[in-house]
Amino acid sequence: MKFGVVVFPGSNCDHDAYHVLKHVLGARVEYIWHKDTTLRLFDVIVLPGGFSYGDYLRAGAVARFAPIMPEIMHFAEKGGKVIGICNGFQILMEAGLLPGALIPNDHMRFRCQEVYLKVTNNATAFTRVYDAGQVIKMPIAHYCGQYFAEDDILKQLQDQERIAFQYCDSKGEINAAANPNGSKLNIAGILNEEKNVLGMMPHPERAAESILDSEDGLGIFKSLLGSD
Amino acid sequence: MWLAKIVVTYKKGILDPEAKTIQHALVTLGYQNIEGLETGKYFEVRLKSDLKRNQAEKLIYEICDRVLSNPVIQKYSVELVEAE
Repeated sequence: MKFGVVVFPGSNCDHDAYHVLKHVLGARVEYIWHKDTTLRLFDVIVLPGGFSYGDYLRAGAVARFAPIMPEIMHFAEKGGKVIGICNGFQILMEAGLLPGALIPNDHMRFRCQEVYLKVTNNATAFTRVYDAGQVIKMPIAHYCGQYFAEDDILKQLQDQERIAFQYCDSKGEINAAANPNGSKLNIAGILNEEKNVLGMMPHPERAAESILDSEDGLGIFKSLLGSD
Repeated sequence: MWLAKIVVTYKKGILDPEAKTIQHALVTLGYQNIEGLETGKYFEVRLKSDLKRNQAEKLIYEICDRVLSNPVIQKYSVELVEAE
């Protein structure tokens, strides 16, 4: 099991993801430079958080045309596992690997805080170590994290069990008060139809050591490590 | 030279919190007659003059659809003019 963490100009959670995988979990991990045009052999690709290309135009809109991206799209289309965190989620959305769009938070403020998430689908390669409906805690740090999709797409996401995580309160209640950015259906993370691509706004790599208050994010990487 | 003037705005129904904030500020300042306000992004793209108009148009629409706008949430308008 080998992980690859893509480094774009402006990525700033690449080292965090690398650190958690290598030093906390002892996994094999390498960086992937955005200008590479061939992909070495990986089992999981991480698109990390940050502000790739300064978030110019729209968050993720320029990174999605980086030289490495056709290879990553191809990897995903063949069934390779890809996880996009925060800016990585925005890139996946712009690349069309996940439906919908991430628009500025409804209150127009950058939110950096811990949130509670409900594990809405624990039957995926990314979430298998969690219990169904488990409430986990990890931070968000974004300005452009309001998930938007038309109603028919939202229904499809629900019907196909493609909502991985939803913002909730500490008791697991999904309500407006627990929604930090105005996302439709309190969506914090979604999957593609084949469920080999996950995009999420919260940062599991920032909640992976006890000194950081929460280790709940480790479950995602552990799930992947245990997956086929 | 061809000059394309492109304006990208949010589609109807997409929350534009920046516009809402500006509108609220204007009303607070006493501009009571404002009924609505939208924000957007403006681009000027210059193209080589040896392109025919239909070629220039095709190129601009392709750029708008593929890069300058996100069709999930945005719409755009284009004005293509001949310029010095």
